[in-house]
Amino acid sequence: MTKNLRVKSSEYIDETNRVSFKFNGKTYHGFKGDTLASALLANDVHLVGRSFKYHRPRGIMTSGSEEPNAIVQINPNSNITEPNVRATEVEIYEGLEASSQNCWPSVEFDIGGINNFLSPFFPAGFYYKTFMWPSSFWEKYEFFIRHSAGLGKSPTTNDPDIYDHRNVHYDVLVVGAGISGILAAKNAAKNNFKTLLVDEKNEIGGSTIFENNEFNKIDSKTPSEWLKKEIEELKNIKNLEIKTRTSVAAYHQYNYILARENLTDHLEVKDKKNKIRQRLLKIRAKKVILATGALERPLIFNNNDRPGIMLSSAIRKYSEFYGVACGNKNVFFTNNDSAYESALSLYDKGINVEAIIDIREQSESKIVKKVKEAGIKIYWSHSIVDTAGYKRLNSVTIMKLSNDGTSVTGSKIPISCDCLGVAGGWTPSVHLYTQSGSKLKFDDEKKIFLPNQNTSDQISVGSCDGDFKLNEILINLNKKIKEMLNIKQTDFDSIKVEIDQENSKRNIWLLPSDKPLGKTKPFVDYQNDATAKDIKLALREGFRSIEHVKRYTTTGMGTDQGKLGNMHALGIIADTAGLKMGELGTTTFRPPYTPLTFGTIVGRNVGKFFDTFRRTPMNDWHLENKAKFENVGQWKRAWYYPINEETMHQAVQRESKAARESAGILDASTLGKIDIQGSDASEFLNRVYTNAWSKLAIGKCRYGLMLNEDGMVYDDGVTTRLDENHYIMTTTTGGAANVLGKLEDYLQTEWPELDVYLTSVTDHYATASLCGPNSKKVLKKIIPNLDLSDENFPHMSFKKANIGNIQCRIMRISFTGEHSYEINVQASYGKDLWEKCMEAGKEYNITPYGTETMHLLRAEKGFIIVGQDTDGTMTPIDLQMDWIVSKKKYDFIGKRSLYRSDTMREDRKQLVGLLTDDPNIVLEEGAQIVSELNQSPVEMLGHVTSSYFSPNLNKSIALAVVRGGKDMMGKKLFVPMENKNINVTVANPVFYDEKNERLNA
Amino acid sequence: MFLINCPYCGERDQQEFKAGGEAHIERPKQPTELSDDEWAEYLFMRKNIKGVQFERWNHAHGCRKWFNMVRDTSNDEIKAIYKMGEKPPSQ
Repeated sequence: MTKNLRVKSSEYIDETNRVSFKFNGKTYHGFKGDTLASALLANDVHLVGRSFKYHRPRGIMTSGSEEPNAIVQINPNSNITEPNVRATEVEIYEGLEASSQNCWPSVEFDIGGINNFLSPFFPAGFYYKTFMWPSSFWEKYEFFIRHSAGLGKSPTTNDPDIYDHRNVHYDVLVVGAGISGILAAKNAAKNNFKTLLVDEKNEIGGSTIFENNEFNKIDSKTPSEWLKKEIEELKNIKNLEIKTRTSVAAYHQYNYILARENLTDHLEVKDKKNKIRQRLLKIRAKKVILATGALERPLIFNNNDRPGIMLSSAIRKYSEFYGVACGNKNVFFTNNDSAYESALSLYDKGINVEAIIDIREQSESKIVKKVKEAGIKIYWSHSIVDTAGYKRLNSVTIMKLSNDGTSVTGSKIPISCDCLGVAGGWTPSVHLYTQSGSKLKFDDEKKIFLPNQNTSDQISVGSCDGDFKLNEILINLNKKIKEMLNIKQTDFDSIKVEIDQENSKRNIWLLPSDKPLGKTKPFVDYQNDATAKDIKLALREGFRSIEHVKRYTTTGMGTDQGKLGNMHALGIIADTAGLKMGELGTTTFRPPYTPLTFGTIVGRNVGKFFDTFRRTPMNDWHLENKAKFENVGQWKRAWYYPINEETMHQAVQRESKAARESAGILDASTLGKIDIQGSDASEFLNRVYTNAWSKLAIGKCRYGLMLNEDGMVYDDGVTTRLDENHYIMTTTTGGAANVLGKLEDYLQTEWPELDVYLTSVTDHYATASLCGPNSKKVLKKIIPNLDLSDENFPHMSFKKANIGNIQCRIMRISFTGEHSYEINVQASYGKDLWEKCMEAGKEYNITPYGTETMHLLRAEKGFIIVGQDTDGTMTPIDLQMDWIVSKKKYDFIGKRSLYRSDTMREDRKQLVGLLTDDPNIVLEEGAQIVSELNQSPVEMLGHVTSSYFSPNLNKSIALAVVRGGKDMMGKKLFVPMENKNINVTVANPVFYDEKNERLNA
Repeated sequence: MFLINCPYCGERDQQEFKAGGEAHIERPKQPTELSDDEWAEYLFMRKNIKGVQFERWNHAHGCRKWFNMVRDTSNDEIKAIYKMGEKPPSQ
């Protein structure tokens, strides 16, 4: 049987709109406007979860995003379930299902609860200490630890929801829509600042919106009435945008702010469909006003974690805002006046308040008098020494506190209760403030950290800046926004505030018990089960830095990031170690402020939008002809074209033979192309390539090798001189963007005197590479009027021609060692060109080949691929390409480095060919090479960089880099593999047509 | 995330830019005249200051122009931005 604890109607709860939901399989009812937490509390459900380490029963503690305990699983039976959601933030809707986490078989009976009784065996650092021995066993321990760790269950299928990102720009961003934020935003917008006001709650107004007690008045109205009128006025203000359910996750430098806007989580399932669930707002604001408020602190005493123990301010919010009583027999425990407001809130609704236990000696404020008049018993100078009730609080035991607050005396007084409100004072929410890089100072009197040094155009206003009294808040706010916005007046200059608020507080970080600390459980971090005892143990073991203590004890490391207990942890450390809190500092508050879903982080960049990919103009033909593709940089390149059931090996062997025996065609459109123009273009090429360019005739092509300034090979490709001051450079497919960037860098920063202009034209041209002894005949058929004789159009030269009306550039260059042509046309004609070549080549059985065959053919010729046979540690000399390094040129990029003692060493790794003794064995690329088999450890001489079975040579061939390989020609080496050793012989890397006779075949 | 005032385009988000290391390291005009140590000094040695640092930046996803920036690395305050070839502001 469930009780109904709805005690008053509230304008924020729509009691005509009944909502049913399931929690742990049982159906409950709440109303539209309820959070899961308020609805459960209205049904008298406090027990919602189990703690992380000891599996202690835990209940709802707060009413907001700081909640450490009430962490639930949404849609627990679905494969798109969502873990670690705060029940205090979930707005209920018809059909919502949620369940407890970290308990098995159920939250009521949890096997893991045995950890609670074994807790003396789980001190801070337990895992670090226990599983260190023997060290080789870590992997075995890890398996079990991983299984018992973690709170919720991850979803098992892709998230079907839609997420979005949006860039927005404002003059003023106001974070937090309590009274300070609302007034700040209103006055900014009224003064023509484009303003955005965000709040994580579904309603704006903060805690002032339910501030109804008789002691505080603004312009003779209760703060609540007054603020509602202000909110009403906001609707008519231009320049002001208000976003609720929007939580700022991160505040970066230069007022760059990330906020998550929750759009559909509160809607019924049918209304969520096809809508964006959450949107990440990327906000740039000229000015930021932080009005993030303050969080109430708990008190740290023995067994302070039972279900039914809550923050006093949360009890008040549930009562005033949601109309829910959290208990029938309420007790408050406090060190300041806030608890009295909560007590009166309950008392006014006829809910039983048994007692207030106050660690102060006295308070004379009006509100305390009013509580006395109400007949509520107040125990001054008393402290709770223990609580009872396993799954729900049923009593507290109190004792008299000694004058210095370090011990308790007298007799124990038990007080029966089912709900305890704890009030330990207020902690300004400075998380976002420090994320921005701004610095805090410690206020020793108020025992709080406050904003001190701003790094960007920002202010903190209201209680996040340490103003807790209504009059202080409004006076300081008025002054600060005038200064920031540079305005003369605001609309609350002449406001009249009457208050009766007392700030008197007695701060004791760790309250004493009649038992020694070792026998008590005063929790500091509820979610991670870190107690005051753990913190003291860490200090005894020598930890001093707050960052170290945090990690050793896990204090503040849960999904709540210790929003409640961090200050106590600091206080206990300071007290124990005899340090000042200001010197101790805080741990770093890192983004996000509250957890973000992965969906929000990635937005629309999922699936095919995860990364950009590029396709060539011929792509459709490759698809139609069943090509397999490989990724090269961002490009999708045709890898091979299997016919029928061919394997990759079979296809590549067939393609390779065809290219050498008749005609092959390759889509080379992806090669980087840079158009170079200017009167100093030749000089520029001289400086960036290792070889000489001044004497290259117009209409000729030349292969060039480009180094980094450290002498290592960076890129290569053929560059053609189109005209006196006009070249077209080709780069490797993957290196195109970097090469252009590097060349621009030199032009702009080192050689600004050169008259050279660079343009990337990679995407402007489509390239078909025709190769093989019949390539000339194929080209002749396409362009009959072009003289293809060796005299007119020799190897390494260039012609302009027309295919029909289409202009094209043809280079007679070869990456396969065969007679071949690269035909370039405007990209949009690429597919047309390709189809013409296929048609013309039909009689020669022209064979399209992909990148794999291209790699094989060039390996037969010993041509390197930068990035495969080189790895940023190979000089041209290491590659045995001395021939391309000009000795005459005074300078080029990387030249000086080729004469460093290290680059001139004889025993550097050098590129060689490798032949296996058994020609049928193909080496694995990356395999290590040694010269000795019976030695241990053995020196690794190098590794295999390229390896193929060559159908043209009918044997396996490989390229490798080997230490001192240049002088090892003919030497026998070994490639040790897992099950066998392969015998190899060092060979010339040019395996095929060493005399280059086929170029003119 | 910085807001960088490109001298050619105006204020743009940091993601459009690429950092290019320490500024005002001139490539030696006559590298062959240098000893290995002198060349290594140019090639490898870069400062990593906590405080005011002179840096090269490139508006890589924009105008592609290189420029210089004076930045305080301790708080990421951008103190000045100036074009290549211009004199650095005096500290």
